[in-house]
Amino acid sequence: MNTERSERSERNVWIFIEQDEGQVAEVSLELLAKGREIADQLGGEAWAVLCGNQVESLAEPVIQHGADQVLLADHPELELYRTLPYCRVITNLVQQYEPSIFLIGATPVGRDLAPRLASALKVGLTADCTDLQVGDYTSKKENKVYQDLLYQIRPAFGGNIIATIVNPKTRPQMATVREGVMRRGELDPTRQGRIEKVKVSFESCDLALQVLSREKREPTVKLKDAPVIVAAGAGVDTPEEFELVRQLANALGGEVGASRAAVDAGFISREHQIGQTGSTVRPRLYIAAGISGAIQHRAGMDQSSKIIAINTDPNAPIFRIAHYKIVGDVAEVLPLLIKALREKAK
Amino acid sequence: MPVNQNFHSVVLVKQVPDTRHVTGEVMTEDGTMNRGALPAIFNPEDLNALEMALRIKEQFGGKVTVLTMGPLQAAEVLREALFRGADRVVLVSDRKFAGADTQATSYTLKCAVEKLGDYDLVFCGRQAIDGDTAQVGPQVAEKLGLPQITYAESVIDLNEAEIVVRRAFDLGSELVRCTLPCLLTVVGSANRPRPASARKRITYKMAAIPSEYPKLLKKWTEFADERSLGEYLAERKLNIEVWTVADLAVDEAELGLAGSPTQVYKINYVVLETTDSKEIQPTPEGIQALIAELIQEYIVG
Repeated sequence: MNTERSERSERNVWIFIEQDEGQVAEVSLELLAKGREIADQLGGEAWAVLCGNQVESLAEPVIQHGADQVLLADHPELELYRTLPYCRVITNLVQQYEPSIFLIGATPVGRDLAPRLASALKVGLTADCTDLQVGDYTSKKENKVYQDLLYQIRPAFGGNIIATIVNPKTRPQMATVREGVMRRGELDPTRQGRIEKVKVSFESCDLALQVLSREKREPTVKLKDAPVIVAAGAGVDTPEEFELVRQLANALGGEVGASRAAVDAGFISREHQIGQTGSTVRPRLYIAAGISGAIQHRAGMDQSSKIIAINTDPNAPIFRIAHYKIVGDVAEVLPLLIKALREKAK
Repeated sequence: MPVNQNFHSVVLVKQVPDTRHVTGEVMTEDGTMNRGALPAIFNPEDLNALEMALRIKEQFGGKVTVLTMGPLQAAEVLREALFRGADRVVLVSDRKFAGADTQATSYTLKCAVEKLGDYDLVFCGRQAIDGDTAQVGPQVAEKLGLPQITYAESVIDLNEAEIVVRRAFDLGSELVRCTLPCLLTVVGSANRPRPASARKRITYKMAAIPSEYPKLLKKWTEFADERSLGEYLAERKLNIEVWTVADLAVDEAELGLAGSPTQVYKINYVVLETTDSKEIQPTPEGIQALIAELIQEYIVG
């Protein structure tokens, strides 16, 4: 490897391509777009790490989505995701090529893999970032400027703070990002890239766990693409009020969303959760019913085109990002909305 | 099913601020959070992890050790663990652990688990509600060289050599078999954690760490001094162990802030710019006008 190449690899951004039964996860394509953008900013390349069994056909689409090089680890033991075999393969690759940045989707697979990898590589990892940027960092303690670090930005600590995390010294700088936070790019069929088939071998301890069986379920809610979302928060605290939320969503042809408080209260499944640790949505209309608007929630919906907020507390933070502010009880306001819509539909 | 296989389960738990109940009083005027206003609780999914370990002990025999790393106040969650059936509890606490990210935290916990020795199963909650990173469990597993089973929902089978576990995700589940020892991170849907037992609450209400002795002496005036109280507690195994840096075989460079590869570059307090918002009256007329406006702007309809 010549010097020029190794210098470039120091500026490379890697993206883990999660696939299941030959289907690439949406979040991996979103991260390819973001990784491509960051690599261009750094003057490096975007590399994709693709593991599986007979998944070579996925390499071209990955290149067309923005990868310069695909590291293809194809092996029967990689058929289904398992922590240890995947970790073995990827740890070896990272140690060989030393990328600067490594992005992984915050899916159940990514949240299992990323911390294990970070521990094995002794590097820092930031979970569930809501934004990624590049910038300099001055360490006052060391009186030193670190150039072009990855700013890993995430809401923190239950409240209204946004933390920017950096990993000044360790490489790669690792971050996970949830699906929907980044936008996927257009597929470019003319894009060219390299495919490198990597040699894979395992030790017996890597095979300590076997998958005996698995069940998959199609998502029953499609929050991400819904044009209208009516979301319930802690202010919706009876089954009757929750029924009103459903009725309003139906009347608008939309989906039902929820803040974490409503999910924790048991009114609705976690699939409906919107926010940093749930889905990120950008509907045409977002109605926040009884949601106070903690930053974790806002992080998942503040890009909505129009926001209507209903809350009894006139100082609820949600009102500050709402286009329409209704100070009132959901039990009274929701029936009025449903009624007004039904009258207009006549 | 064979009984009394004597499984040693280690449960790693965390005391967290109850971020689920952030109310107006918790937020200060400038948008920062008043941590003191939040009650400190047993991290919810760590209770599920403890419950899973206790059920294994009840079904197969063995013992349950609960470890927490945190400030001295975290002794409270250890008492809670004793009230629920833990056999031994240890507080890992030292100023040098402060400021640890998940890497330094998992290193410290790994050293503490190694000091305990002969374990078969290590349990953690899937994630803690104050950070939601879900990183510490897998990182402790990696550092101990153990296989990990994240998102564990139920133990289907267990013998001296292997465990069969169902993993649960939002969109499906997986049945896996793994060799022992291994580490499990447990999801909230796994079980309904038992409440504290009234009998154990009485047995262990005096369980304390040495820094709590002065407070206890005021309540229990029959003890002349901290030493006699300490002896009394030790005889009854009510002295909660506290392990500091000196008690662990650790490389100090890997602890706390210094051992944390991630650094906080900046914190922004989000003071929201008020958007151009329109107040709608919660009256039939106000709502009708709103709907009419939304239809006119093609947002609805």
